[in-house]
Amino acid sequence: MDLEIASGATGRGPGAAPVALSVNGETRVLEVEPRVSLLDALREHLLLTGTKKGCDQGTCGACTVWVDGRRVLACLTLAVACDGHEVTTIEGLSADGELHPMQQAFIEHDAFQCGYCTPGQIMSAVKLLEEGNASTDEDIAEFMSGNLCRCAAYPNIRAAIRHVRDHRGGGS
Amino acid sequence: MRPLSYSRAATVEEALAFTAGRSGSAFLAGGTTEVDLIRAGIAHSDHLVDINDLPLRAVEHLRDGGLRIGALARMSDVAGEPGVVGRFPAISQALLLGASQQLRNMASMGGNLLQRTRCAYLRDGISPCNKRDPGSGCAALEGFNRGHAILGTSAHCIATHPSDVAVALAAFDAVVHTVSPDEERVIAFDDLFLLPGDTPELEHPLGANELIVGIEVPGASITRRSVYLKFRDRQSYEFALVSVAAALEIDGGVVTDARLAFGGVATKPWRARRAEAALIGGPADHTAFRLAADAELEAAVIRRHNAFKVELAARAAVRALSAVAR
Repeated sequence: MDLEIASGATGRGPGAAPVALSVNGETRVLEVEPRVSLLDALREHLLLTGTKKGCDQGTCGACTVWVDGRRVLACLTLAVACDGHEVTTIEGLSADGELHPMQQAFIEHDAFQCGYCTPGQIMSAVKLLEEGNASTDEDIAEFMSGNLCRCAAYPNIRAAIRHVRDHRGGGS
Repeated sequence: MRPLSYSRAATVEEALAFTAGRSGSAFLAGGTTEVDLIRAGIAHSDHLVDINDLPLRAVEHLRDGGLRIGALARMSDVAGEPGVVGRFPAISQALLLGASQQLRNMASMGGNLLQRTRCAYLRDGISPCNKRDPGSGCAALEGFNRGHAILGTSAHCIATHPSDVAVALAAFDAVVHTVSPDEERVIAFDDLFLLPGDTPELEHPLGANELIVGIEVPGASITRRSVYLKFRDRQSYEFALVSVAAALEIDGGVVTDARLAFGGVATKPWRARRAEAALIGGPADHTAFRLAADAELEAAVIRRHNAFKVELAARAAVRALSAVAR
């Protein structure tokens, strides 16, 4: 195909080209090659380092973000494929310096030790309650299984999630 | 990661045009296998055609009771679709027992079927592997083969097919609809997955420029009484050591129709036709279920570390059949 006439998101690469990402409600244009993951675009290009790189192969969940309001893994998502879609990271969760109730609950319930998996856990946990699969501890464990915690803070993570579920409505 | 070019298609025709005549092209759907394998240096595509804007996400219930799943429907959407939950429970259960919610939100149904084996010797990029490097040998034959297949194997490959939902779809006689520049095809589910034989590098019969557009499951009352059971090394977010999709129709204590398929034990989603033949016309009891499972597993070829799968698969089948016999 004729790369010259291609516009928008078609016909890019392998060199860098502008990609317009909507991140946390703000449009950010960055120059990235098509091979750049959403995770690297966020961390290395936009310096949003709250999203963590754990395995970089879709097995740990540390890079969990939302694309169009659904929790996904940023390491297996190409940044260029997010052109035209809404990305939300942990930095976009709190408003006006106020912690999101899930962030507050993680602090109150001591739901982390080293903290590396925590942004991914929280981005997953907020969606878990929206998805409505958090009525029992077994369900919480099952639907949070994509977020590994090598410190094994799982009981406290579940306690934090229960707290938000029971005090904010939502879940079911 | 090697450099990549990228195109985004808006229609099926455009997707096929973007891949035509461009070797090294691959369709990009959820990307959960594709991006991973390109980064690992196992897949060698250098041009990805993003098909996520194609209108192939619908889950439709057909007038004859059948189910039509768009190739780009996400695993999580299909798993939670009320008609799938109610009329094809094994499909919903298999989807929910696969991967994690994040991956289920990303992964497409078409891509799920074409996902590659999780055999560590394929993925390490170094060991002999006839899928990755035809003729180099198979490190799994004498290696750590605890997770490997006991059915459908060859002297050249014993890798398992990793999909859960494909096992349920195999049991339900699904077909796969594809489009290429030359034709539209309907492929019987069993024909979509090739046995390794002498050519384990050939995993499916699709052309380079052929796109899965949908999966169709024929309507049949037996699907309503179905179950998917999965046994694995950890409780969640793990591939199966053994899994079973099972469905029964029973009339006056006699099995009148049976569906049974295995995952985690075979080189493809394994429809257990011998077991089904043994079940039909017999009593719906533990002894008959065990004999049927044994009939299927008679053909098992075990390796050093995976002999346990024979007994585990038989017990899993008995448990699944007992569950739907109640």
